Amino acid sequence: MSVTADHVERVPAGAPGGPEIVRVHVPARSFTSELRAVRIVWQRELIRFVNDRMRIVTSLVQPLLFLFVLGSGLQRLASAGTHGVSLRTFLYPGILCISVMFIAMFQAASIVWDREFGFLREMMVAPVRRSSIVIGKCLGGATVAGFQGVIVLALAGAVDVPYNALLILGVLGLQLLLAFTITAFGVMIAIRIRQMQSFMGVTQMIVTPMFFISGAMFPPSGLPGWLTVLNRIDPMTYAVDPMRRLVFDHLHVSALARRALDAGVSWWGWRVPSGIEVAVVAGLGLLMLAVAIWEFSATE
Amino acid sequence: MSATTGPTTATQLDGARAATPAIEVHELTKRFGEVQAVRGVSFTVASGEVFGFLGPNGAGKSTTINMLCTLAKPTSGWARVAGHDVVRERDAVRRNIGLVFQDPTLDGYLTAAQNLRLHAELYGVRAELVRPRMRQVLEMVGLWERRDAKVMTFSGGMRRRLEIARGLMHSPRVLFLDEPTIGLDPQTRRSIWTYIRELKAREEITIFMTTHYMDEAEWCDRIGIMDHGRIVALDAPEALKAQVGADRVSIQIDNAEAAIAALRERFGVEAQVVEGQVTFRVPGGEQFVPRLFAELELPIRGVSVLRPTLDDVFMSYTGTSIRDAEEDHAKHRSRVMMQMMSRGR
Repeated sequence: MSVTADHVERVPAGAPGGPEIVRVHVPARSFTSELRAVRIVWQRELIRFVNDRMRIVTSLVQPLLFLFVLGSGLQRLASAGTHGVSLRTFLYPGILCISVMFIAMFQAASIVWDREFGFLREMMVAPVRRSSIVIGKCLGGATVAGFQGVIVLALAGAVDVPYNALLILGVLGLQLLLAFTITAFGVMIAIRIRQMQSFMGVTQMIVTPMFFISGAMFPPSGLPGWLTVLNRIDPMTYAVDPMRRLVFDHLHVSALARRALDAGVSWWGWRVPSGIEVAVVAGLGLLMLAVAIWEFSATE
Repeated sequence: MSATTGPTTATQLDGARAATPAIEVHELTKRFGEVQAVRGVSFTVASGEVFGFLGPNGAGKSTTINMLCTLAKPTSGWARVAGHDVVRERDAVRRNIGLVFQDPTLDGYLTAAQNLRLHAELYGVRAELVRPRMRQVLEMVGLWERRDAKVMTFSGGMRRRLEIARGLMHSPRVLFLDEPTIGLDPQTRRSIWTYIRELKAREEITIFMTTHYMDEAEWCDRIGIMDHGRIVALDAPEALKAQVGADRVSIQIDNAEAAIAALRERFGVEAQVVEGQVTFRVPGGEQFVPRLFAELELPIRGVSVLRPTLDDVFMSYTGTSIRDAEEDHAKHRSRVMMQMMSRGR
């Protein structure tokens, strides 16, 4: 129907002396309009995050507890096995991952939230692809989680990890990737869930085990058989391991300590290179994004 | 003042637009499991019209509106909005409609301006037009000064006004208002209607709304009365009321019995005493009053003539008042729910 592209028409209003009416035409769907939709959904996540300073603080509590309380508390017990490396230093790469993971899950929860408060409907009826909304959400979640990761990254000095430009870039990249994958995972679940409490329950049931099994708190080598299997299945493993390798690459520790603490993930005796691990995380992220889009498009 | 809002600079495109009806509906039905929510409705809404759906809760108004807004797929029948099929051309329909739902759909954590900007971006409004248009719609609903306040600080009436403003951001051809004044106090309801009328006077727009307030339906150009998923009557409010016919005349008089007898003898009217007044129904009540004074040889203290209300209209078509109909629906709903629960769904 709209033969013309969007153009402005200023017409005199019905009432004499009234102000001019600004009329706009909604253009047909195009790649650019989809990009704008992605961008605004992404921006909304950022605006809400910046407005919600309380969340920035509260979501940091858990990772910091693990790092400083658990790390310091278990230091004496663990010192026999860490070959002179502080337990906090060992835990740090894992904490870099889980801080991102928790916040990314929280970001995904906003879909359930939006549904409960009705805002989801505003996005559902807009003349844009559902995929644009899902992609915007996932990118928004990734950005917010990445920002949170930067705060934890800033603490590197406190756990004897040097501030090295390459290290920082690498960590940031891994964090963004992980955050994207976890958000996609969370969104995939959130689309099917209608109540916040249920989502929180599901999160507890899935995310906590994923975090414990991933090897964020222990080296993933020499585990009992059942735990090894679970560990290799856990997608988080493939984010924690390259993160740890990256951090240890920039530490000055003995070869013995490195072997004990950073033996890495192996498949049938073959040590999986970081590149493949990153590809696993990215691939899973894209797969879950596709599932999320498919689910979201199917809902009326 | 009146409906001639068409700008003098109207282009041929606008002329063509005005010719196509804003909404065409043909034998539309919707079934949810065993519940037949909409049972074959057909109607046409002309461009520029204010069209209202009146009926009790559960009559199928919202379901019909959802189908027209592409939010629900019809079970059978078809509908075109702004010339586009609601199933096959979903996006085209969406570009041409604005929606204000019964339940709020604003983001309370964002400001009013941010909510509108988000809407404009989703609808692809050209960047340089976003701000002037935003100013226009916000001024129309009296919220321009509050644009930078978070929506969660807004009252119920302000939120509803903001939703209306947002629905207009992309200059839709048809604005759907689903119970736009539900849950608001009478004063706010009135102010919402002032905005809607002003909107009608200023923009070329068709308004489709649902309500179960009788007094609000009177503002519409035409009304469809819906009951049990069907349209039982469709016409202008005045015409509908005229079909019901008789006005209600009440007389204050000392000797009620003599008056009733005289009315029966001279005018052939059956009257009764209601709340201390002699009351009867007669067509053209206002014309009847002079005859009454001339021919009834009894001292009359006062007369009132009441025109039929839409409530009378609803009653005459459905045999029940809108309030009773709602109670029936509520009972039916809870019964259906109990059945579903006992089946373990």
